[in-house]
Amino acid sequence: MALRELSSLEKFLGLKKPNKYSTQGDKKVPVLQNNNGPPLVGLVTIACHLVKEAKRPELLGDSAESRAVVQQWLEHRVTKLDGCTKEDIKTILKDLNLYLQDKVYLAGNQFTLADTFMYYGIHPLIVDLAIQEKEQYMNVTRWFDHIQHYPGIRHHLPPVAVLRNRIYTGRHH
Amino acid sequence: MKLFVSEGNPHCLKVLAALGVTGVQCDVQYVNHEERVVPFLSRPTLPALLLPSGLHLFSSNAICRYLFEVSGKDSSERCNQWLEWEATDLQPALLQALHMAVLQGKGSEVSKVLQGPLNYLDQSLSKGNTPYLTGEAVSVADVVLWAALYPILSDSSLALGECKSVKTWFDRGAAVMCSFQAAAQKVLQGKGLQGMKSYMQRQPAPQSSQCRDTQSCNSNPAEGEEGERVVSEEEMEAAAVTFSKGLNACPLATNRQHPILPQEGKRNLLVTSALPYVNNVPHLGNIIGCVLSADVFSRYGRLRGWNMLFVCGTDEYGTATENKAREEGLTPQQICDKYHAIHSSIYKWFQIDFDFFGRTTTEKQTEIAQNIFWRLHKHDFLVEDTVEQLRCESCQRFLADRFVEGTCPHCSYPEARGDQCDKCGRLINAVELREPQCKVCRQTPVIRSSKHLFLDLPKLEAQLEQWLDKSTSTGDWTANAKQITRSWLRDGLKPRCITRDLKWGTPVPHPDFKEKVFYVWFDAPIGYLSITANYTDKWEKWWKNPHQVELYNFMAKDNVPFHSVVFPCSLLGAQDNYTLVNHLVATEYLNYEDTKFSKSRGVGVFGDMAKDTGIPSDVWRFYLLYVRPEGQDSAFSWADMATKNNSELLNNLGNFINRAGMFVTKFFEGCVPAIELQQEDKKLLALVGWELQQYIQLMDKVKIRDALKHILNISRHGNQYIQVNEPWKKIKGGDTERQRAGTVTGLSVNIACLLSVMLFPYMPTVSQTIRDQLNAPQSCINAMLQGTGTFVCALSAGHRVGTVSPLFQKLEVDQIEALKKKFGGQQPEDEPPKKKKTAQTAASTQPAAVPAPLAEVAMVNGVDPEKAKQLTLAVTEQGEKVRALKAQKAEKAVITAEVTKLLDLKKQLALAEGKSPEPAPQKGKKK
Repeated sequence: MALRELSSLEKFLGLKKPNKYSTQGDKKVPVLQNNNGPPLVGLVTIACHLVKEAKRPELLGDSAESRAVVQQWLEHRVTKLDGCTKEDIKTILKDLNLYLQDKVYLAGNQFTLADTFMYYGIHPLIVDLAIQEKEQYMNVTRWFDHIQHYPGIRHHLPPVAVLRNRIYTGRHH
Repeated sequence: MKLFVSEGNPHCLKVLAALGVTGVQCDVQYVNHEERVVPFLSRPTLPALLLPSGLHLFSSNAICRYLFEVSGKDSSERCNQWLEWEATDLQPALLQALHMAVLQGKGSEVSKVLQGPLNYLDQSLSKGNTPYLTGEAVSVADVVLWAALYPILSDSSLALGECKSVKTWFDRGAAVMCSFQAAAQKVLQGKGLQGMKSYMQRQPAPQSSQCRDTQSCNSNPAEGEEGERVVSEEEMEAAAVTFSKGLNACPLATNRQHPILPQEGKRNLLVTSALPYVNNVPHLGNIIGCVLSADVFSRYGRLRGWNMLFVCGTDEYGTATENKAREEGLTPQQICDKYHAIHSSIYKWFQIDFDFFGRTTTEKQTEIAQNIFWRLHKHDFLVEDTVEQLRCESCQRFLADRFVEGTCPHCSYPEARGDQCDKCGRLINAVELREPQCKVCRQTPVIRSSKHLFLDLPKLEAQLEQWLDKSTSTGDWTANAKQITRSWLRDGLKPRCITRDLKWGTPVPHPDFKEKVFYVWFDAPIGYLSITANYTDKWEKWWKNPHQVELYNFMAKDNVPFHSVVFPCSLLGAQDNYTLVNHLVATEYLNYEDTKFSKSRGVGVFGDMAKDTGIPSDVWRFYLLYVRPEGQDSAFSWADMATKNNSELLNNLGNFINRAGMFVTKFFEGCVPAIELQQEDKKLLALVGWELQQYIQLMDKVKIRDALKHILNISRHGNQYIQVNEPWKKIKGGDTERQRAGTVTGLSVNIACLLSVMLFPYMPTVSQTIRDQLNAPQSCINAMLQGTGTFVCALSAGHRVGTVSPLFQKLEVDQIEALKKKFGGQQPEDEPPKKKKTAQTAASTQPAAVPAPLAEVAMVNGVDPEKAKQLTLAVTEQGEKVRALKAQKAEKAVITAEVTKLLDLKKQLALAEGKSPEPAPQKGKKK
């Protein structure tokens, strides 16, 4: 899974030569052999490395603050989303929904690597949601739909249908 | 900018450390754990940093990174990697370690959880050869890891193995971050680990990946590779000294002399296995849960030099027996005799080494049960009550609980039994069942009242709890046993009926209750005492001697309440200084290919059928123990059994032992060569010694399945050692090389000897076969398992080995498929022609428990196992070679040539194993 995400990222970044990855351990942590030094280990570490290779530093944030926010959500992805239990899912979605209430992207008004990897990580959760639940997490759904249509992001994942025209607007009445 | 932290929260240490090191100006506010500082998070999360923009950072690592960045220190890629590792790998382990140390008081076990991450850190530090993680200067990675580990590393009471580089690095950090010490004091309120107690109590119990791995259903104990362990110089020297001691100082094992009685100054262990009910043939789940687990532990205990008595027997009273007798037209006693013999023979086949296997239908049982009854009566722990009972008018009898079925009053499960619901597990009074039915005639029974006696459990509750507190805290109770017992106490104890309106049972001696017998759950555990009494007249030396005797009860989890609550209450109430259980070892359930064993549907392997499979008893034992439901339900699977046999027994363990022995035979005329230990050999000795220690620690705690992993690790180390040193090549070289081949062979064959000892509890026949083949002295059995484990040189230079031959046989796919079908229960029960055929196939491919003479085996299907064995070896070696070449990035042509060789060898191997339709290579050509 992680390897497919990295190869999607490579395509998005327009890297010419695809890297070869291996994995280590039960959790299949990705490993990238590095010509000038020891191998890089870990999804976030490798992803940030690729972004630097592609000379797209803005994807990691354009200020100290946003860089910290990007790293925070990347960490959130690998520590909280990966391997979350059924009970966790609700809290994760609820919190993210509240966070995204006044934001277009995770780091504010700018698309970053955090959006990419939170999108990849949350995809399996969203796929399982019923339409009603998707409406319950309105802001997540909006953000999710936005990212899956962001040029060159979706690649290895199937699109998730999001109901655009809500017939019953329910609680807003 | 404002930083929110709370007392006792270990994550806050990181940000305070970063603040100290970077010198960034920032308000720090201490808040309560429960305060929700970050508005969008539903759970209180600390530390949190309020940024100038009004946004909150809630990840401690992101906060540290930010503090470093604003102070002008960018983090490198290496830093990123360490921070990611800290969040994904170290934190889960740390959380679990803190949970153990702070809440469970198990500081001594912390090293187990942290060993993996700490070793990794240690190796990286020693490899990197720089004072800090990413170079010459302190980086954010150092600060984060240092503060994360601070609570653990600064507590000297935690035993944390040898991690020299970590220690040096940590001390260096302490000097740099002196300002941090004060903050740490504040966060931990100067109380060290205990300062985190109230914080930890509010955290969900950790489920670290590590802990999941060891417990997950069929995860293989052997596959939890933790990377290579680092061995220190001291360890190596110590291992070499121990090894060189040899067998001289070791006492010879004394033979068991019956009757075994407790001895002054010895550890006296009384081991019982739950008594199997007589009219059922036990299935594999029953066998692994009780008798096999108890057998492994007893065998182990004898090796440890403990004074052990292992008793068991058939539980024979009850309506089920009466009924079976009626069915088969025999008397109940005849039924018991018949099935007692069946049980005995099954356990004999499984090599269960009871000191005594008795039965409950004896004079002693009546005597002891009635004595306990009168004592309870005398001390006023019995109460009388009238009971409403179900009686089937058409069958003309009161219905025993198991003879009524109906809908569970608690969960509405339609097939609840009269005593317990299989679905929700709650105990039921038969009259509470909705829509009850007589199981025999399916009529609806009527309710009649009858006078009965009850054990007054509420009156004994306080005494019981006091004893339980002590027993569960000092003994080795499995987690499920503690939990089931706790839930019983939490629900409150109620008086429990001990009499029944039946005939086949121990008669109640009270004149008012003539015609009644004791209820089986009062009666059956007394069987442990009466069976011991039938073994020796001095049974009271075991059973009324709590100061000298430790009692181990083995069972499956459904039996726990009767051993932890009901029976102890009987004994406590009898007030006769009885020995009560000290260690209650309960397994979870073993499923059969992800369904349940079912005698009626013909699903699953039952004790009497195991031998018909042609698979040796030792291999059955090995596999059942490999999947022992220790801590979690597990499943028996044919395919998995074949895999484990072929990969672990044949290719790993068997391969190593056979190679070691064959080298002695082939290269050194059957005499163990002289051993000149070099550094590499000492390292191997230390590694093997460590595995042995782990094995002993786990076995002492009855972690039977976990301990098995360490046996397999040793042979893995051994195989690797042989592979690297290539004695078959060195033997052809000059004197130094030949001597080297000698050392490698000598050390390997001694490891094989150690393995035979460690295997003894698991696979007694194979264990003996290895010692026979190596001609090893019997005294080595007791020598190796003394203290914390001593790997000594048992086969010294010049020792002559016997005839070495392969220990295990491959389980073929079609053989396994046939067995799976046979026991799958899908096909109609009786299909004579087909069934007969399967039986024949099984018989013809039957591998003997110990490999039969080669000629005989070689006749089967033109298969040549000896050649196959050699070819397997060759294939493995060639495979290693190819891998090595690829790793070295050798020239393509060279690799291709070696790959061609490998493919050719594989083809030959297939032929030798009879997998191809082409004629097998000529027999008799070998050697």
